[in-house]
Amino acid sequence: MTDSKPGAPAVPDPEADAGAPTCPVTGQGGDPAIERPPVTDWRTDWDHLDPRWRDDPFPIWDELRTGPIARTERFEGAWLPTRYEDVKAIAYDTEHFTSRRIVLRHKKYEDPPLPAPPITSDPPEHKAHKRVLLPFFSPQEVGKLEPMARRICNELIDDFIADGRCDAAQHYARHIPVRIIAYMLGVPVRDSDRFIRWIHEILEVGIVDDEIGKNATKAMRDYFRHHIALRKEGRTEADPDGPEPDLIRVMMDGSLNGVPFEENHVLGTLNLLMIAGIDTTWSAIGASIMHLGRHPEDRTRLVAEPALMPTAVEELLRAYSPVTMAREVKKDVELGGCPMKKGEMVLLSFPAANRDPEMFPDANRVVLDRQENRHGAFGLGIHRCVGSNLARMEMQVAIEEWLKRIPDYRVVGDVTWSDGTVRGPRTLPVAFG
Amino acid sequence: MKVRVDPERCEGHSRCHALAPELFALDDIGNATAIGDGRVPPGLEEKARLAVANCPEYAVEILEDAG
Ligand code: HEM
Ligand code: SF4
Repeated sequence: MTDSKPGAPAVPDPEADAGAPTCPVTGQGGDPAIERPPVTDWRTDWDHLDPRWRDDPFPIWDELRTGPIARTERFEGAWLPTRYEDVKAIAYDTEHFTSRRIVLRHKKYEDPPLPAPPITSDPPEHKAHKRVLLPFFSPQEVGKLEPMARRICNELIDDFIADGRCDAAQHYARHIPVRIIAYMLGVPVRDSDRFIRWIHEILEVGIVDDEIGKNATKAMRDYFRHHIALRKEGRTEADPDGPEPDLIRVMMDGSLNGVPFEENHVLGTLNLLMIAGIDTTWSAIGASIMHLGRHPEDRTRLVAEPALMPTAVEELLRAYSPVTMAREVKKDVELGGCPMKKGEMVLLSFPAANRDPEMFPDANRVVLDRQENRHGAFGLGIHRCVGSNLARMEMQVAIEEWLKRIPDYRVVGDVTWSDGTVRGPRTLPVAFG
Repeated sequence: MKVRVDPERCEGHSRCHALAPELFALDDIGNATAIGDGRVPPGLEEKARLAVANCPEYAVEILEDAG
């Protein structure tokens, strides 16, 4: 299944508003000083930053799944499992694999890396680091945000519906998750474009250009430091109707066994909530709208059978899973005959696992009413995504509101994809009416 | 027919609750338990099977001949 023309440049829509996620220093490609020879053998020299992977990774994974776990000497030595069983085994095995590094870099630049609890936490601390967040992300709590999500979607649609066309990634999907997480965190929505720029610099540019990634992380930490300081003075810039407590307050007041969380922990979690909640869901919404634009039979079916929506959302999450993680080998271990050495990295591709035909019959086809769907788009095991209920709600609302007002539309140009380990459309031109 | 959630395996994906809210409740951190003694009222057997088939952690079980 090809989602875009190979080689289509991954640049944001030039017509997108100011704040468009381009890196001001290096542009999309990252540090030109780092050599990236094209991949010729994916089994022994894979590279998830290769443009072929970015534009259409599915045939690569299909090929790799038939052999042993793939290896590369890039990234100082790393492994790539593509079968569901292998991905799951690693996600479950916290004895041999640590989460302290969850991004592959050309050089592992920090020791120890900055913590972002709970995603970088291992047992036994992981549980408490996660627990403090979970009550705010339950289906019941998330349900309270649904009217706001519907309002946001409709306001966005109001802005372009008369034009008969829009970029559904830049003008629609992009704006939904950022506004909701800003509200939950307790920071002003008007800063949304800054958040998106920082995240782009961390997730896309930062993997090949350390300086830019580090600076963006620092800017984000300073931003939260500022909002914590305001609260200490009894002030806030949060939406006056916002949640009480907001997530900044929750983390400020958080403690473990009576000991307040350290500043490093608080800032790490707040950064994580912003980073994990925005590009991921933007990607999932964009990919869903793309799929429905290219598959009129699925679109008309969803319009005719709205009750199918929750099942369809799960299937779209499976087929277009946006999030790939990583682990560091903590203790030497052998998996499927591959000797994994302490310090090496493993790319943990939930997206590849979710296309494994052993687990999902007809894996490369979107089957909207798939009855058995144990997809791992939100991870498997203890690191199950904290925001999964929120992301599902946002996806469902975004697709529903779109289809209510734009039931008939088509993709009319090149779709370009993000770089790095959160995969989704960054330009998605569609026409309707 | 009865359903059961293994609390050791459940990671709170909440798929079971979404598919069969009559059979599964969530606690404050989003982990699931079977409602009541887990007995599946007549007519809900299919929903119970769907919950099993969609739990990514294999945490939902059906006990076929449990009354
Ligand atoms: C469609 C959207 C999303 C996808 C596909 C997604 C995917 C994932 C995945 C695969 C993991 C597992 C990481 C691992 O195993 O190392 C994860 C963890 C996490 N996600 Fe999401 N995510 C999404 C949206 C969100 C949102 C909206 C938030 C919250 C604002 C969020 C917050 C988190 C957090 C805090 C973790 C760490 C959980 C832990 O380590 O226990 N995510 N996500
Ligand atoms: S689907 Fe499985 S993991 Fe998710 S809440 Fe239900 S039992 Fe727990």
